[in-house]
Amino acid sequence: MNAPPSPSPSPSPSRSPSPSPPSLAVRSLAYAYPDGTQALYGVDLTIARGERVALLGPNGAGKTTLVMHLNGILTAGHGSVSVAGLPVRPDTVKEIRRRVGLVFQDPDDQLFMPTVRDDVAFGPANMGLRGEALDHRVKHALDRVGMLDVIDRAPHHLSFGQRRRVAVATVLAMEPEILVLDEPSSNLDPFSRRELGEILRGLDITLLMVTHDLPYALELCERSLILSGGVIAADGPTRGVLADAELLAAHRLELPYGFAPPT
Amino acid sequence: MGAGHHHRIFRPGDSVVHRLPPECKIPALAGFVLVVVATSRECMWAFGVYALLLAGVAVAARVPAGFVLKRMVIETPFVLFAVIIPFIGLGERVEVAGLSLSVEGLWAAWNILAKATLGVVAGILLAATTEPRAMLLGARRLKVPPLLVQIAMFMLRYMDVIVDEMRRMRVARESRGFTPRDIRHLPVVARSAGALFIRSYERGERVHLAMMSRGYAGAMPMADGPGASWRQWATAAALPAAALVVAVAGSLW
Amino acid sequence: MHVPDGFFNLAVSLSAGVVAAAGVAVCLRGARRELDDRAAPMAGLVAAFIFAVQMLNFPVAAGTSGHLLGGALAAILVGPYTAVLCITVVLAVQAFFFADGGLTALGVNITLMGIVTVLVGWGVFKLIAPRRPPAVVAASFVAALVSVPVSALVFTLLFWIGGNAPIEVSTVAAAMGGVHVLIGLGEGAITALTVGAVLAVRPDLVYGARRLAPALTLRTADGEVPVAGAAAGGAPRPARPGGFMVAGIVVTALLAGVLSFFASASPDGLERVAQDQGFGSAAVDHALGSQPFADYGEAGGVPVGVAGVIGAGVTLGVGGGLFLAVRRRRPKAQV
Repeated sequence: MNAPPSPSPSPSPSRSPSPSPPSLAVRSLAYAYPDGTQALYGVDLTIARGERVALLGPNGAGKTTLVMHLNGILTAGHGSVSVAGLPVRPDTVKEIRRRVGLVFQDPDDQLFMPTVRDDVAFGPANMGLRGEALDHRVKHALDRVGMLDVIDRAPHHLSFGQRRRVAVATVLAMEPEILVLDEPSSNLDPFSRRELGEILRGLDITLLMVTHDLPYALELCERSLILSGGVIAADGPTRGVLADAELLAAHRLELPYGFAPPT
Repeated sequence: MGAGHHHRIFRPGDSVVHRLPPECKIPALAGFVLVVVATSRECMWAFGVYALLLAGVAVAARVPAGFVLKRMVIETPFVLFAVIIPFIGLGERVEVAGLSLSVEGLWAAWNILAKATLGVVAGILLAATTEPRAMLLGARRLKVPPLLVQIAMFMLRYMDVIVDEMRRMRVARESRGFTPRDIRHLPVVARSAGALFIRSYERGERVHLAMMSRGYAGAMPMADGPGASWRQWATAAALPAAALVVAVAGSLW
Repeated sequence: MHVPDGFFNLAVSLSAGVVAAAGVAVCLRGARRELDDRAAPMAGLVAAFIFAVQMLNFPVAAGTSGHLLGGALAAILVGPYTAVLCITVVLAVQAFFFADGGLTALGVNITLMGIVTVLVGWGVFKLIAPRRPPAVVAASFVAALVSVPVSALVFTLLFWIGGNAPIEVSTVAAAMGGVHVLIGLGEGAITALTVGAVLAVRPDLVYGARRLAPALTLRTADGEVPVAGAAAGGAPRPARPGGFMVAGIVVTALLAGVLSFFASASPDGLERVAQDQGFGSAAVDHALGSQPFADYGEAGGVPVGVAGVIGAGVTLGVGGGLFLAVRRRRPKAQV
């Protein structure tokens, strides 16, 4: 176990309420899958513009299901979701999907085109961008994650860490209002994990990160939520949440061995 | 017959043949094979000329003979079939080295072997000189229905991923001491196939979600260069045209 | 068995191409109905799955092994239209990217391994109309078992019309039929077990069993709420199997009609040579020699096109008789 060095607090954008509507507002959201399994039992959460928030929770807590609601892939069985004031509805779903950039856990699911260039261009091209403007958008997005040099490679020829960074670029190319990452650090070696962390910290964007990598949450997000049993069980500054050993234990969360809880 | 199908044949290169747009190459090779299949089998020299034409393409594409020969194993089952025909064929028979063979069967065997071999070599040359992505673009420009092109695109992208998953499942089975030997082991193999289907299907769902998340509305935008020039069409057409001349000459002989 | 170039004469290759194109066109429309905008990624992944599964060799009898064709399996798992598209793409990719299967024989290959296996497999499955999971597994076995020898019979039919080898058609039929009944047993077993394995874990994914899924309710703070209409990614809407069967019969009739038209209109290489060389009597010994199709235009007073339709009807009848026999044996309680 290599515990990372004591993480430095990220430069924290203030949590003061902004005049614009929150980037994300979820109200009493409930959902059951077609096979009958109910995953969400009434989730409430608000994320202000510019915030970086970690969504923590054990396996099976409903994290992925919640994420699928944020851009209208799943539609609420009950309750509502709105992004920058725009409610998620069948008629708004196109604009919602531009506003919410979803990075999936397995980059192989996200990178489905024959080359990196095609893949990063997929989103903006669907939004109607063509020619020079499209090309510029693609290169800029790849540059932001430091992957410009693999632009003409096939995704399955890249390393796992590279694929994850390209997956982030595919979403950045759509210039979203909020970036939602599902387990961004999973399967990464320590070096790639740190590199990705630096890239994410450098992005000036609202960010929701679903993870059970608690040190990563502490490193990148000033605020944390715990989703457990299909409801939000805790909401507060990441330091406070991670320092509460009882709270973590109650929701099957654990700091890695040798990692000092923040004080 | 399954093993060996999954080796990609494409050889990167920068030859005249590689540079030809696929929408010219595909019809050219298909046309060539059509002419070959239509040629009467009695016209043996014509097949020799066809082979020389393909050899010319291979040289122009810098595809080594050994490479082509190795890929030709795909033909084996039909070679075996062709070898049997003279023995079981009907009609007039002839003694060859003490064996009674059907004359008609010998002709048929020659016909199948010659045409199948030329067809396989033509296919190998096409696959060896055309990048998979370019082949898809070519299919699109040739007005293949977009849904079919998209399905092929996804299949090519995820083929290796799924074959790898299958291999990992086999390693997992074998590392626990299981090797399928007879029919009683079928359920285990089938359960793996079932698990593989679920994984593939669920990945398909996730890929669909990833596409929806980025605004998929039925079309797959792929950067596409300008269409083929007249000169490129003419270059590609040289092969089937030459074959057609040979075929016509052969039938008039 | 991927038929290479030159195995069938040009007329058969081209007319099978026409049939394949017609069948695929029907399925392109149908697949959109089965899967709406999920069609491309889902069918692509299923095609990749079929490609991988075709590499699974299974022991048939002592010393021989077979591999899955997958037509019936795909039809039961993802529905007949999508299945035809998947197998078509697998075959096209094998031909164009791996040089496996002739370019001019692509139509024959798609017709035999895509359209016929799916049509027969799905047809048998629908006629048995299983209502419970064990019956679904049993029906899958029968469907896959029947699909393979019927495909072999259609191969024999094509061979009869335009095979480039002078072999008695009964020899081909016996050899193909015999071997493929064995292969069909393997295909049936592995199809049934695979469908069973999927049914046990994700019953909602088995297209052929989609009506067995229970209704959905949602527990919320306000109590239980029934869910109207599944969300995206939910259960596929019921398709119209009747349409598929009609399309199948039309395609089969087209196959027979077009084939016999070509067979009658253009003599193949051998016969032309026979005429040119003036040994017409030898031509009688050709594979077609003793068959009605050898005489262009008419065979014993029956126009060849009609004879072809009848021939295909007989083939369908064999399959139909088999599955009706199987269906009748099912206890009434299940129907």
